[in-house]
Amino acid sequence: MNAELKVIRTAAEQALIQRFPALRDTLPHGGIVKPLRDAAYDLLVRRGLPHRRVEEWKYTDLRALMREAAPLAEKPSAEEIAVALSAARAFADADVGRLTFVNGHFAPGASDHELPAGLEVVPLAEALAGGHPLLAEIGAIEPARDNAAYAINTAFMSDGAVIRVAAGTALARPLHLRFVTSAPAAVSTATRVLVVVEEGASLTLVESHEGENGAAHQPNDVVEIVARDGAKIRHVRLNAEGPRALALSTLTARLGADVSFDSLNVTTGAAASRHQVFLTFAGEHSKANVNGATMVKGSQHADTTLFVDHAVPHCESRELFKTVIDGEATGVFQGKIVVRPHAQKTDGRMMSAAVLLSEGGAMNNKPELEIFADDVQCAHGATCGELDDNLLFYLMARGLPRPEAETLLLQAFLGEAIEVVEHEGVREGLIEVVTGWLAERH
Amino acid sequence: MLEIKNLTVRVDDKTILDGLNLTVKTGEVAAIMGPNGSGKSTLSYVVAGRPDYEVLDGEVLLNGENILAMEPDERAAAGVFLAFQYPLEIPGVGTMTFLKAALNAQLKAKGMAELTTPEFIKRVNAAAASLEIPKDMLKRALNVGFSGGEKKRMEILQMALLQPSFCILDETDSGLDIDALRIVADGVNALRSPERSFLVITHYQRLLNHIVPDSVHVMANGRIVRSGGPELALELEANGYAEYSLQAAE
Repeated sequence: MNAELKVIRTAAEQALIQRFPALRDTLPHGGIVKPLRDAAYDLLVRRGLPHRRVEEWKYTDLRALMREAAPLAEKPSAEEIAVALSAARAFADADVGRLTFVNGHFAPGASDHELPAGLEVVPLAEALAGGHPLLAEIGAIEPARDNAAYAINTAFMSDGAVIRVAAGTALARPLHLRFVTSAPAAVSTATRVLVVVEEGASLTLVESHEGENGAAHQPNDVVEIVARDGAKIRHVRLNAEGPRALALSTLTARLGADVSFDSLNVTTGAAASRHQVFLTFAGEHSKANVNGATMVKGSQHADTTLFVDHAVPHCESRELFKTVIDGEATGVFQGKIVVRPHAQKTDGRMMSAAVLLSEGGAMNNKPELEIFADDVQCAHGATCGELDDNLLFYLMARGLPRPEAETLLLQAFLGEAIEVVEHEGVREGLIEVVTGWLAERH
Repeated sequence: MLEIKNLTVRVDDKTILDGLNLTVKTGEVAAIMGPNGSGKSTLSYVVAGRPDYEVLDGEVLLNGENILAMEPDERAAAGVFLAFQYPLEIPGVGTMTFLKAALNAQLKAKGMAELTTPEFIKRVNAAAASLEIPKDMLKRALNVGFSGGEKKRMEILQMALLQPSFCILDETDSGLDIDALRIVADGVNALRSPERSFLVITHYQRLLNHIVPDSVHVMANGRIVRSGGPELALELEANGYAEYSLQAAE
């Protein structure tokens, strides 16, 4: 008797799987990334989209959220670029160098051309076509390669950037990568940014992701950071996607020795979003701060999933995630710290705190520690609650009306995650996002 | 003028204030003394508008208007100020940010223009100097890491800035050493005026040496059981509260 196993695929899975063979030979790959694309495609064929019975996706059922796979965005028209630029608001006042991507494609006309010495930026499409040697650094973090959102990006990535900061270079101005989606109908994008910060160099990298209209876009972006020994990296990411977007994003960071790395993700946008961080300590005496500030309302869903891998001794990681939930929105925090057997003297602390402003909101916290070394300091905590009535009363007794008192407390709550941002203009841009979101509540 | 009539208040099925009557005239400094658990702090919270109290009966009239239905911020705008027994620490909220927000909210509620930043800073600095509050304290988060005495001075600073017409001091003397007590009392005395009334709640007569009241009221078991002049405080200091607790229980 023959039993034939038939896999039932959703429309989105079918579309993604059918799309790849047709594009395989036309997508630029420069030789180096071809096997990566094929492996990512194999993963999609074998596993399909992850759903709630897959532990890492239990709170964010991607198969249910991605009912259809939106077509890959074409190169934007001049009109789409103009519309996108008029809609790009994030960090508009900050003194930064800017690169613009519209519908996932580099827009040279809307980007700075004079780069400071020591900074090399090559659009990814160009780097892929020419087989840029740094592309060999892509996919350095193993657990990410097994991840569906990352795999979709790898299979279809077509533009983005390869950024190199030469050894010893200290860049004075932040580099701002702004991504704007402005297509009239839903599109998907797959941008990849590879950042290599060489020995002793420092970089402040700012990303903003904005959606110009209400189409149900499906942006999927990946930023991969390779920090060589002694590098200092400050990274800020803003998700201000459009209100119907399904936004997937992944940050990978591989830290050499004596690296100082800070990353902050601020989320206010998208109908549903998932931001993933894969951080690996590969050299000793490095320090990392990974923070998040999420503000969601209505029926929004925002997931932050973090994997911190202490693979070597003497490193320190701090994670602080703040979530504010209004309306019927849902927040998810999954954080895992792994300390490998030889990673003695690891110091890791992870905290997720959420404030629920309404009866209908929900927060799912899942912090995990896996410790295989015996001489480490690790801690995690998770809280979820309403605003403190006693504090509200104190502020109101001084004359602040309830909305203002709530705003002040929420600013303070979120501010703790944001205050790590050293660059004043960038920090002020984020504070504007927070105050804007809070002002819209009332 | 504040008039409290037959105020009856319950918390978690327990009656804390039991038909309390009290009148404080405009410009008067009234002291309330009484043993622990007599309902003194509850009275201060109910007048300021803290939500978790159930008012079963009675009125609190401020200049003839019943304030019990008002939100705490509306009462503040109407002139009520409570100096907390335990001022709260608010991490992440800068002291100056808070002071400015409070002052501007009250000005706005009164239909007045908000202060400019230089004018605001000038006023804060003047008030802080008279209360011997160092400038670095103003740069910190509100009350975070402040000593007990610093927190109480910060309460009086807020009172000086907001210029309320009815001030309640809830055991402002608790946790203060002699020097801090003098500074706080001087701050309060500087605010005494024919237009401003005070309700000074305390266990001990000591504070009333510094802030000399016009009237003294003894509170026990949720009501005022005796009223008199400043000499009553001295009598209580000598004899204690035992007789009032008994009297009220009978």
